[in-house]
Amino acid sequence: MTYLPTTRDEAWRYADPVALAELTPAALDAWKEIALAPGEVRRHCTVLDDGWPGLSRVRLTVGEGARAELFAVACASEYTRLEVEVRLAKGAHFEFGGVTIGGGDATREFVTRTVHAEPEATSHQVVRAVHWGTATGNFLGRIDVARDAQKTDAAQDFKGLLLERGASANAKPELEIFADDVKCAHGAAIGQMDEMAGYYMAARGIPPETARKLLVRAFIADAFVALEDNSERDKLLDAALAALGDAV
Amino acid sequence: MLEINDLHATVGGTPILNGLTLAVNAGEVHAIMGPNGAGKSTLAYVLGGRPGYEVTGGSVTFAGQDLLALEPHERAAAGLFLGFQYPVEIPGVSNVQFLREALNAQRKARGAEPLSGGDFLKLAREKAALLRMDMEMLKRAVNVGFSGGEKKRAEMVQMGILDPAFAVLDETDSGLDIDALRIVGDGINTIMRKPGKGVLLITHYQRLLEYVRPDVVHVLVKGRIARSGGPELAVQLESEGYEAVAA
Repeated sequence: MTYLPTTRDEAWRYADPVALAELTPAALDAWKEIALAPGEVRRHCTVLDDGWPGLSRVRLTVGEGARAELFAVACASEYTRLEVEVRLAKGAHFEFGGVTIGGGDATREFVTRTVHAEPEATSHQVVRAVHWGTATGNFLGRIDVARDAQKTDAAQDFKGLLLERGASANAKPELEIFADDVKCAHGAAIGQMDEMAGYYMAARGIPPETARKLLVRAFIADAFVALEDNSERDKLLDAALAALGDAV
Repeated sequence: MLEINDLHATVGGTPILNGLTLAVNAGEVHAIMGPNGAGKSTLAYVLGGRPGYEVTGGSVTFAGQDLLALEPHERAAAGLFLGFQYPVEIPGVSNVQFLREALNAQRKARGAEPLSGGDFLKLAREKAALLRMDMEMLKRAVNVGFSGGEKKRAEMVQMGILDPAFAVLDETDSGLDIDALRIVGDGINTIMRKPGKGVLLITHYQRLLEYVRPDVVHVLVKGRIARSGGPELAVQLESEGYEAVAA
């Protein structure tokens, strides 16, 4: 029988309890399994909008020297959670860029669990959260480094931008390291819009709505720096900025 | 062109401007000098509409319009340029993107067509050359990693591109070395010394005024104009100090 999670579970602690109560075993069991062969490079870009609210779970197995890239925007108007479990073989790389953006009272979250199972694997994760109303954006990033996974290099970077009082963002890095020659970096910061930058733009003739769009675009673009395809990047940024349309 | 009449303003509830009156005609450059805390930067920000700078009395008319009734971006579109004493850094937004947005927003507000990417770059290249600024710097994020002098030069490149009718320049000379001071001075003259334009130059020192000759010099003390005169007043201030001249 499938275990139904509650907010008492560490990996679900910031989830929306009402949405959790509605989760079905079928939804929880619907893991999408993806395996990358040794040396393979694969990229996936996704927009979790109102066509994809709820829970999406992905299990990635990345073969030796392979590279998996995942870029996502979570902008649906209801509870949205993208959960990714990654297992990295020797010298494999996992790249994740995520943006949660939106208002209302919804929670949007990314939950990653990256297992550096073998030596010399690398992972790089950048998440940006932009919220208003009483919305919440979360990033829970767990990294497990196995006993023999020497020369692991893992990095996580989270920043939240709250446009209104009442919105919130949570970041929870979680590291379990059983090897001794590893680099694991994580950073998190949450702030509000830089008013002086907004005024500087206004002083040059840029109306407040345009200024806010430029500043938010610059803020979230960090999540897609590693995405080399310009048109894919623009698509993701445009989808995120479209969600900003109804912000204060 | 710019008429300030009995202007009173507060910042955080503290009165800073206390009945300031001043008029700049088209084709004129006026300098405002004054000791620290006299209200020079407050005057610049009040004219630029910065939030938190509250006008409690008086009026400002710019090109026949009530300037104080306009939002900051509307003031820019009406032709007012505020040169910042401390230009603001905007990570992630390039100068080119920033200025193209700004110029086209102003053009739109005036009912003009937006400038194409190619035409804009041509204009930006021309103005960057005027201020001897490397075009590569304009591709970088706004003021990020710029030295104090580079920020001030970048401000003047912005002014060149936006081509305002009136410029309020708040200590544009601070942070500049001798060569940069001359380049910026020449830039101000080239961009703003035109019959239909006006400049209000806020400065601590006389040295910028050797390059940009003012028609009128005002001494600002305690939030009002204590004395006005010709360029010789700046020289006198330099040698005798504010206390002696404005007492």
